[in-house]
Amino acid sequence: MSTPTGTYLIRGAAILGGATEDLLIRDGIIAARGIDLQQSAATGTAESLDAGLTVIDGTGLVALPGMVDIHTHLREPGREDAETVETGTRAAALGGYTAVHAMANSNPVADTAGVVEQVHSLGISAGWVDVRPVGAVTVGLAGKQLAELGAMADSRAGVRVFSDDGICVHDPVLMRRALEYVKAFDGVVAQHAQEPRLTEGAQMNEGEVSSVLGLAGWPAVAEESIIARDVLLAQHVGSRLHICHVSTAGSVELIRWAKERGINVTAEVTPHHLLLTDDLVRSYDPVYKVNPPLRTDADVQALRAGLADGTIDVIGTDHAPHPSEHKECEWAQAAMGMTGLETALSVVQETMIETGLMTWADFARVTSTVPAQIGRVADQGRPLEVGEPANIVLVDPAARWIVDPAAMATMGRNSPFRGLELPGRVIATFFHGHPTVLAGALNTPRRILGGDA
Amino acid sequence: MKHLLSTQDLSRDNAILILDTAEQMAAVGDREVKKLPALRGRTVVNLFFEDSTRTRISFEAAAKRLSADVINFAAKGSSVSKGESLKDTAQTLSAMGADAVVIRHWASGAPHRLAATDWIDAGVINAGDGTHEHPTQALLDAFTMRRHWSALTGSGSTGGDLAGMRVAIAGDVLHSRVARSNVWLLRTLGATVTLVAPPTLLPIGVESWPCTVSYDLDQTIAQGVDAVMMLRVQGERMNASFFPSTREYSRRWGFDDNRLRALDELGMKDTIIMHPGPMNRGLEISSAAADSPRSTVLAQVRNGVSVRMAALYLLLSGDFREPAVQPSKETTR
Amino acid sequence: MTSFANTPIPARVVLNQADIDRALTRIAHELLEANKGPRDLVLLGIPRRGYPLAVRLAEKIAAADATVDPAHIVGQLDVTMFRDDLSRQPTRPPLATVLPQSGIDDKVVVLVDDVLYSGRTIRAALDALVDLGRPRIVRLAVLIDRGHRELPIRADHVGKNLPTAAVEKVRVHLTETDTVDGIPTDEVVIEGSV
Repeated sequence: MSTPTGTYLIRGAAILGGATEDLLIRDGIIAARGIDLQQSAATGTAESLDAGLTVIDGTGLVALPGMVDIHTHLREPGREDAETVETGTRAAALGGYTAVHAMANSNPVADTAGVVEQVHSLGISAGWVDVRPVGAVTVGLAGKQLAELGAMADSRAGVRVFSDDGICVHDPVLMRRALEYVKAFDGVVAQHAQEPRLTEGAQMNEGEVSSVLGLAGWPAVAEESIIARDVLLAQHVGSRLHICHVSTAGSVELIRWAKERGINVTAEVTPHHLLLTDDLVRSYDPVYKVNPPLRTDADVQALRAGLADGTIDVIGTDHAPHPSEHKECEWAQAAMGMTGLETALSVVQETMIETGLMTWADFARVTSTVPAQIGRVADQGRPLEVGEPANIVLVDPAARWIVDPAAMATMGRNSPFRGLELPGRVIATFFHGHPTVLAGALNTPRRILGGDA
Repeated sequence: MKHLLSTQDLSRDNAILILDTAEQMAAVGDREVKKLPALRGRTVVNLFFEDSTRTRISFEAAAKRLSADVINFAAKGSSVSKGESLKDTAQTLSAMGADAVVIRHWASGAPHRLAATDWIDAGVINAGDGTHEHPTQALLDAFTMRRHWSALTGSGSTGGDLAGMRVAIAGDVLHSRVARSNVWLLRTLGATVTLVAPPTLLPIGVESWPCTVSYDLDQTIAQGVDAVMMLRVQGERMNASFFPSTREYSRRWGFDDNRLRALDELGMKDTIIMHPGPMNRGLEISSAAADSPRSTVLAQVRNGVSVRMAALYLLLSGDFREPAVQPSKETTR
Repeated sequence: MTSFANTPIPARVVLNQADIDRALTRIAHELLEANKGPRDLVLLGIPRRGYPLAVRLAEKIAAADATVDPAHIVGQLDVTMFRDDLSRQPTRPPLATVLPQSGIDDKVVVLVDDVLYSGRTIRAALDALVDLGRPRIVRLAVLIDRGHRELPIRADHVGKNLPTAAVEKVRVHLTETDTVDGIPTDEVVIEGSV
């Protein structure tokens, strides 16, 4: 069981941005919620105070459930020069996360119970967030043969999300089988929707900007055709489907259509696709190179609208750190990907909340509640109610800061938001009652006695 | 001007300055002593990540006529092919005291990277990057057109633009850096441009370009044209379903003998035929067209040296740049 | 010290139109006299203002000797590419060099410029000339010699010697190239006198 994590009283924070209340955190759970808990706690349960109560002034802060990232690249094992579970989860805690789904494209690929258990235990020993490994759909992400999905599901990692992310499961028969098979353990296939032939050598969104820059185009239809196929497949076999990093207006339309038909599909959008457009590629700076590519402003607006109306269910960072040499080169040579864990909250606040499209309660839904449901993470994404696990993030929505990749906890310096001024700052993150972040800075990891929980 | 990366951001004044300067440089080519001392002691590096003997020797001749020292750095067979990055190569050239880097690269945007980073503090001239731009080719094409156009319209050889000139650019626009650079520059100089290509070889987004698009070369010619520029068809396009066969391509999109006759029959005696070279004779241009008096192919090559002299001179003279001699100062101390 | 930045620079006219014309007439006669006639004379003006002065001199020579066609003895010599201060000055676009049809080989070439100052322009002109041919004699005619030479160069024919301070600026305005208050004007002024 977990070590005693101390007792914390958050005074006067706006719960989900609504009414101001106190939250008492004890033994890893929310022990009390209400007005002026200190008085009532002092008069009522005196014992709660003697163990060294830490009081946190929540004035002006918003209390939210700990964020759950459905899409993170932690790079370990294999690319520890880019990121490790330790550094990646520190970044996650600083970004307000209490759980991340670690994508399978490590080296070796997370396509066996052994690898997912390794990643899972690295996450536990790091102690910053829950690390939920994602299992590969196919052996070696090669798209030929199903990986041992059941073994991964039954492993101590308890994998429920399966994805070849980075590569599309483009063989329709294989995709159908995967969708069917994961029903046996309530799994979900998270598809990286990218038709491979239509995107051979593709470098950026295909359109006006690519025509001028002479970079091979990445047509929207390459994403949309796979989504169209897969929602129909999911309907046909009655399976759960998740679409990774939706990036086009057409994809939003297709998913909206699928949901109207009752197809069990969920979709995610990245913070960068909510803010940035392919116009930035005019600089040829590979920090803007990402898969799927940055699209047009019309796409950005459609993605925001889709997230606001629930067509898109969740935010996924697609945090993809790269060593600097993979970005300090020609565009075509550069690796695809952007860091995102430490900027996600701010970018979503900027694009969705400051614009009036969403409330903080909506924010909690798309960054915590629903991602935890998709990943079947039982003790995450819970309401901030008495008795629930104390996975909480405190945000100062009035703060503004300028993004400095060099100051981040992730090893990746490839933040496309570098130099931007963004709103919102994580003041504290509680991970099962333990403050991994306090006063806006990394605190200590949560240590567990007696091995795995 | 510190760099010449693209014709898209080249102002009309600067474009005409380059063309006018090139006119004076051309005069030097007619003299017994074909050399000017303007860039004495300056070092120009030809950094070629892609083979192009024609472009390299044109820049080399231009730099040498201006008395610059020229270093040719072919990335093939060098440390670059052993995995050295563009950054390390650039820093190496910087440490050697390069004042200007003429870069040819297979990757679109590579010259922009050199210019935008602090890897090297030299003027950068884009000598063709991927399928993006080839600004000196467009400038030499415009120079060739302006000489022709000013003779026709009776305007002076310097100071003028291409207002009113009708130019057709035909062929593989999708993969052509020459076409892109020409479209922007010709627009700036007041010419009207029609792109003629099979729909498969036009980029998505071409609607936003400042030109008209046609799928019909005969119709474009019949509507009247003062210059027809044929683009090279690269070998690797021929088996990628961009068009069914080379025979069909040359029938529909090539400048063949029938189209050469059509110019005569339509009374367009002053229409010139251009090609950036190297030509695929019998594919995008027939031998009769390439060798006809209308052809400016060799004039384009000749004018290339003058235009590149002008670009090098304008980039390397003047006080816009900090003197790029910091490293050598350190070593002499 | 008071700042001069906001006060109008005092300008003093030192040669007016008649003065300039007289000086050029005298130089034209000196040229004919030194050369014992117009034979082999070629006048090369250095842009911008040396060229119109060379044209005027050629016309005056033609006026004195009816056998001379002024268009056949005058040319323009651009020295931009031969300057020693190319990297210290704003970019100068080169101007045309135009030689008379006779060329300059074995000719008596007279370089013509408006103001002789450091001598560096004339140094550049001599270099430029070498690349164009081999004159028999090279002479120098200037409208103004203001002193402050930095090279061992002197003029053979001078319209007016004008002692100046280095801070002063000598401005030559010619009707072919300049206007003063919108009117094409011939005059020489000194600016920046204390």
